[in-house]
This record gives sequence, C-alpha cells and structure tokens, in this order.
Amino acid sequence: MKHSPHVSIFIELPLIELRPEGLYCPSGNFYIDPWKPVERAVVTHGHADHARWGSKFYLCAKPGEGILKVRLGKDASIQGVPYGQSVRFGETSVTLYPAGHILGSAQVKIEANGYSWVVSGDYKLEPDPTCAAFEPVRCNGFVTEATFALPIYRWAPDTVTFGMINDWWRGNSQQNRASILYGYSLGKAQRLLAGVDPSIGPIYTHGAVERLNDVYRSEGIVLPKTTYALAAAAGKFAGSLVVAPPSMNGSTWLRRFGDFSTAMASGWMQVRGHRRRRAVDRGFILSDHADWPGLLKAVRETSAETVWVTHGYIDPLVRWLREQGLAAEGLATHFENDEDLQSEPLDSEPITS
Amino acid sequence: MKQFAELYSAMDSTTKINIKVSAMEKYLQAAPAADAAWAVYFLRGGKLRAPFPSKMMRGWAAEIAGVPAWLFAECYESVGDLAETAALLLPDAPEQDGLGSLTEWVESRLIPLRGMAEEDQRRMVVDSWQQLSSAQRFVWNKLMTGSFRVGVSDGLVMRAIAAVSGLKVEVIAHRMAGSWKPSSEAWISLLSQESSDVAQSQPYPFYLSHPLEGEPELLGNVNDWMIERKWDGIRAQMIRRGEDVHIWSRGGEILTERFVELVEQASHLPKGTVVDGEIVGWRDNKVLSFADLQHRITLKRPSRAILDKIPARLLAFDLLEWQGRDVRTLPLQERRALLETLPLHLSERLHPADWQAARQLRLGARDFLAEGLMLKRMDSEYGVGREKGRWWKWKVDPYSVDAVLIYAQRGHGRRASLYTDYTFGVWDKDKLVPFAKAYSGLTDAEIREVDSFIRSHTLEKFGPVCTVTPQLVFEIAFEGIQQSTRHKSGIAVRFPRMARRRTDKSPADADTIETVKALLLTT
Repeated sequence: MKHSPHVSIFIELPLIELRPEGLYCPSGNFYIDPWKPVERAVVTHGHADHARWGSKFYLCAKPGEGILKVRLGKDASIQGVPYGQSVRFGETSVTLYPAGHILGSAQVKIEANGYSWVVSGDYKLEPDPTCAAFEPVRCNGFVTEATFALPIYRWAPDTVTFGMINDWWRGNSQQNRASILYGYSLGKAQRLLAGVDPSIGPIYTHGAVERLNDVYRSEGIVLPKTTYALAAAAGKFAGSLVVAPPSMNGSTWLRRFGDFSTAMASGWMQVRGHRRRRAVDRGFILSDHADWPGLLKAVRETSAETVWVTHGYIDPLVRWLREQGLAAEGLATHFENDEDLQSEPLDSEPITS
Repeated sequence: MKQFAELYSAMDSTTKINIKVSAMEKYLQAAPAADAAWAVYFLRGGKLRAPFPSKMMRGWAAEIAGVPAWLFAECYESVGDLAETAALLLPDAPEQDGLGSLTEWVESRLIPLRGMAEEDQRRMVVDSWQQLSSAQRFVWNKLMTGSFRVGVSDGLVMRAIAAVSGLKVEVIAHRMAGSWKPSSEAWISLLSQESSDVAQSQPYPFYLSHPLEGEPELLGNVNDWMIERKWDGIRAQMIRRGEDVHIWSRGGEILTERFVELVEQASHLPKGTVVDGEIVGWRDNKVLSFADLQHRITLKRPSRAILDKIPARLLAFDLLEWQGRDVRTLPLQERRALLETLPLHLSERLHPADWQAARQLRLGARDFLAEGLMLKRMDSEYGVGREKGRWWKWKVDPYSVDAVLIYAQRGHGRRASLYTDYTFGVWDKDKLVPFAKAYSGLTDAEIREVDSFIRSHTLEKFGPVCTVTPQLVFEIAFEGIQQSTRHKSGIAVRFPRMARRRTDKSPADADTIETVKALLLTT
C-alpha cells in the first residue's frame, strides 16, 4: 500500500486498505462491498458477490435501494443516497457516482484532506437505458475491476448487437420457435428487455427475472410488457422471447417451451470456445463490464497516479498500466470474475409444478 | 469471401444438422461455380499447404494490432486458437468488407503466398486483413494456416450438393470419388444432368428385410423359403459394366478403392453383371469378426500387411443384372440359379428339413459370427426399399447383461435438456467398471424419471459428464461382444441398448465382469 510521500503528510491513516473482511477505510471506519459481516458497509451494487448479507448497516446509491432490499431482506438497515451527494463518515467524505453497470451501481469516492480514492466496483462505459451512465471521477487512487482486461475484448455498439438479437428472434418467430435468451437475472436481463424490439412478439420471463423487473419498474425504468412464464399456458410460446438466467440452460425448466432456439448474452461470447462450451445455439456479445479500451479510458480519465486492479485478468492490466508509467498493483479480492459464469441464489424459481 | 465467412458462422453457431445442411444449400445455390467448388473443397476438409509457419502470422498480427508480444501471448492463452486470437486483436474492419469472391481470395492471394519472400508475404497478409471483418479474418486466418475445420461430415456436404443439383447423393458421391479438384468446370460437371457416366456406375436401390415377428411356422412351408445366414458385415453391390468395376455400400459410399481383391474378382465377371451380397473379413476358411473388418474399412488404401491380415470376401446372395439386363423381377430361385454359374463366393444356402431344424440353425448362427438367419421367399422379386413380406431377418436373441448406471451425459438436439446418454458398469470385484454406453430403449416417461434421478444423485461433474450414485439397474441388450484394449473393462459390445429397467434388482445383483467375459467364449 503505497502513497505518494507528499500526501502522507496530510493524513495519518491510509484511505483504503485490504482487510480479511474486505476493502476498508480506516479514516472513515467503513468497508466497501465487504465479504464478511461488518458494522458499516458501503455497497457499490446489488450483485451477490458485492452485496453480502449480515452487516449492521448498508449505504448505497438511492436507485439501488430496492434491489438491495430484495437481496438482503426487508429487515436490513439500508440507506440510499442520491448520486453526487456527500455523506460524512469519520474524517472522510463519501460520495457515490454512477458506474453504469446496473441500476443503482455506484463508484465510491472517499475524500479526506484534499486527497481522494475511487472504488469503482463493476462498471461499463457503454450507454444502458436501465441505469445512469458511468461518470468519470478524478481521484488520486483508483480501484478498477479487470473482468475483460484483455485487448481481445472490444464491444461493438449496442445497436449492432441488439440488431442481431432481434434478427435471431424474428427468424425463430417466423419458424414458430420460441427464443430462449439467457442473461443474468439482475441487470443483464433488464438491459436485454429494454433493448429488444417488443413488436416482434410476446415476452416471457423466468421468475428470478420477473421479480427484479418489478423492482426496476418501481424505480421508473421503462421495460416492455413481460409475462411470468410459469403463469402462461403451455403451447403459447411459439414466436415468443423468453428471458431467463443462464443456469436454466439444459434444465427441465425448458420443457414447457416446445420447439426453441437458445442464446446467451455475455461478454464471454466474444471467444468461440466459450460460446461452444456454453452449448447454446447463438452467443451475443453483450457485457455490463468495461471492455479493454473502456478500462483504459476509465483509468485515464480519473488522472489517478495509483491504480489497484481486482477480479479478472489482473496481471495483464497491471503490467500494461505499469508500462504506461502508473503505480499499479493487483489486489486479491473475493469478487467474482463475472456473474455470467455464476449461478446465483435468486435464480431459483418459486415452487414449480 | 463475405458469403463464405457467413456460411462458416451459420454452420459454426448451430449443432443442428438440418440447419447446417440448409446453410450449405443456400450458399451453393447462390455462389458462382468456382466458389462453390472451393467451398465444397474446404468443407470436406481439403487443405492447402500452409505458406508460412504460424509464428510469422503471430508476429504480424501483434504488430498491426499494436500489442506487445507478452500481451499477445496472454490473449492467445485465453483464446486457445491462433487464427482467432489474431482476428480478435486486429484493428477495426473497413466499411466495405469481404469484397471479392472466394476463388479470388484463394487463387490470387492464398496460393501465390507460397514461395513468396517473407516481406512480400507480410505485405500480402496485412493487406488482406485490412479488407476483412473480424469474422472474415478468422476464416481467412484458418485457411492460411491450414487449420480450417467445420463440424460437418462428408455425407452432409454431399447431401447439400445433391439437394442443389436435384441429383441423387449416390451420383454426387460417385462423381466426387477419387481426387476431386476444385474448379468451375469441376463444379459444373458435378451438377450436370447428363447421366451417361452415372448409369454406368449406379447401383440398384437395396432391398431391405424386416425382423420376423412371431413364429416362422406362420410363413408356411419351409421349402418355399430360401434360408441363409445373416452375415455381420457390409451390405454391398458389386458392379461390372463395360471394363469398369464399382463397389457400393448400402449407405451410398463407393468402396471400390478399399477392396482391391474384390475388384480383382469382379473383373472376372461377365460384363453387365450386378451382384448383391455382404462384404466380410475372411481368413482360414472362416468369417472374421466385424471389429476386424471395421478396422480395415477405416483405411482408404489398406497396406499389404492389412490385406493379408484381414482379407475381404463378398458373400454373394443375389443377382440384379445379368448380361446387361435388369433381372430383379425374376423369381429369386431363378436369380439364384444364374448367380451360381458365376465365379463368386456364395452365401451358403441352408436346407433345414422343417422350421424346428431352422430354429437349431438360428441358435448356431453365432458359431459363424452371424447375427441369425435370413428367410427369403423363393418366388420373390428383388423389391425396392422396405416393402414388407418377402424377406425376413430372424436374428438370434440378443445377449443381455444387468448393469448399473454410473455416468450420465446430456443428450443432443431435442433431448439436449435431459440426461439421456448413459454409461453402465458391471462389478469387477468390489468396483463397478464401465462396460457399455447406451442411449436408446427407454420411453420418454422413463427418460424423465431417470433424468430426475440423475439430477438428485449427481456425485461429481466432469464437463458434460456426471457421475451418479450407483443405484439404478438396467438390463442391457447387445448383439456382439469383442475383446478390446481400448475399453477399461477389456471388452467392447455391439449395438448396446437398454432392454428395460430392473426395478426388482439392486446394484449388488448386477452382473460381474467375469460373467460378461464368459460370453466371449460362446462366440
């Protein structure tokens, strides 16, 4: 944990450090996305590896409050603050800025004595109608993710990808086939729903997706009409789009849909081997994480002189940044590589027949 | 190039055979003749020799992408394929990509690359990348490095060509036999509707038999039937027309080059003769096992040693053409009489006194490595396809063994969401050793039941395969059994399938490897 010497004159404690419970701010006495129960947690977003159960108090961005309630239970003590509004924790001022990852996702800016760190959580730079756009924040130290930190990962514009998804759906629809589209139930699923052309046919959802759709809609996010798939009569699915979590692939849950084609929407679909291992008919490259140019741009725009790199292709990004003259370090956190590869607690359906 | 890359993507993004075939049809229909010819050449696994070592391409791609060698190496490790890594790393594609025909790309770029100086190769390759999209670059890189591969069999490519041409698959297979060189002329003559060459080589449609249902007494007098053994080999027609000899399998494959000794034999037949029979391995006056024959047919041009070890013989049982005349409508006894005048090895005719004696012959069929008996009406024509009632196959009851379900794998296509592919084990002392895989024999309801058992009793997963608590016992039926060095159990069985689930048995009641091996002795 290195800081520039001129800075350490002004503060007695480092702004952040890594503890067994997670990333910790000693000056403010709080954790960011801790993986063990703590007194006070600032949460960047609602995905299971970042918002963990059991802490006494949670702070999150206002638009993410509903998601956190679903994730952590009604009794959890959760406070939502609007983006850009500062909160005082000990010696520090904490401000949340949009991270563009999913609804309510935030970068956490910690300031004390004119010195600042930003913990970005997960983020992407591409526009997404279901959440506020990523905002570059200037800081001295930046903690970045590295899920797709290899130059093979470069995303096409959304419009291109959604054009391909719509073509696939339309093609299936013309052959009276259902289109099963897999995407993580929180965030990816809603982005897919907001991006597809609902005039092609009816849209059905898995229970885990539908539950989160409700939360998104109550936050004022516009999604097309969706119907919970188990509430629909079998034999009605020809020509429809079904959005479901990836863990449903190959499961008995699919039986009700008759003839269908499957597709997966994920950044991993960029690589042919991943596509083939997934055993789906189509892979659409759509990620809620920054691609390689996105990561480099985000780092550049913070003007940070120190960068800590967590979860993903840590080593290549650290080496690249060092070769650009930055003080970069890899950081071993408990965040997962990518939710597309995980199955998760919310993916279970309510009791099925 | 654009269209060919699209064809590749369409075929690569599906596991469904029909979609692959229709993608090929669509391409071949629209493509100029020379492009179609080259596409077929590559789809069938044809390769041009790589013009440079692949590490050169690696260097050029890293340079153009502005990626240091260490980072290229990291990417390559993550992707696992050089052509793909390069395609993903190269800078964005031009507005107009993939212009120019496949033929131009192959004949004016790929082929001339060989023998060029390194600097010229670099210039040519970099220039070609600048004209292609990422997906097209992938295909192009694969072609350049000689590693282009599509998951499609020769038979499916032929099927697509047949559909486009309106000709039969057999005609296409015949015309492409040997070394087929891609060119627009080759494509045009492949699709040509003129039939002279075809008529000369074409087999007749094979007449097929049906399994005998019920007791043979229902067939009437045993003397009205010609009875032979049902050989376990390759059903084939031997054709001698003009100076030429052709040997066709029932599957529409040309076997001529694979069975030189049969070609030699056929050359002694009078011109205008077509014989139907079964190809078997034959040595020391005995039929060899199907496994031996199978070993030989995988070789396109078997070596002298293999020819000596596994000599082939056609056991002839019918005559379809005689002195250039189609004799299929003659009664079987007359065809057989003519057949017996020819210099051939005949499938022996058996003469049981009654059906009871026939039963004994059937039981003894395995001593001849045969699957049972064939019963053909003496007055029957040589029919078409599967017309019922004239030819019956009367197979020996299959072997059966009780075995325990130990591994499961998900099925394909419609069954993709269910565990339908099972591996069964038998006891070797206190361990279950895998002895057979089976996919068929259960009803849909039974499959669902077994599927849900597997889901709740999965022990470990290895990729698509999972190990299952050994609890379910099945009766596995199969046709033949062989010693095998490739299988853990030391044996290989033929046509295994699930005869039924043995809910009355527990795993401890399953058979042992000794019992199974004892079956080897009976063959």
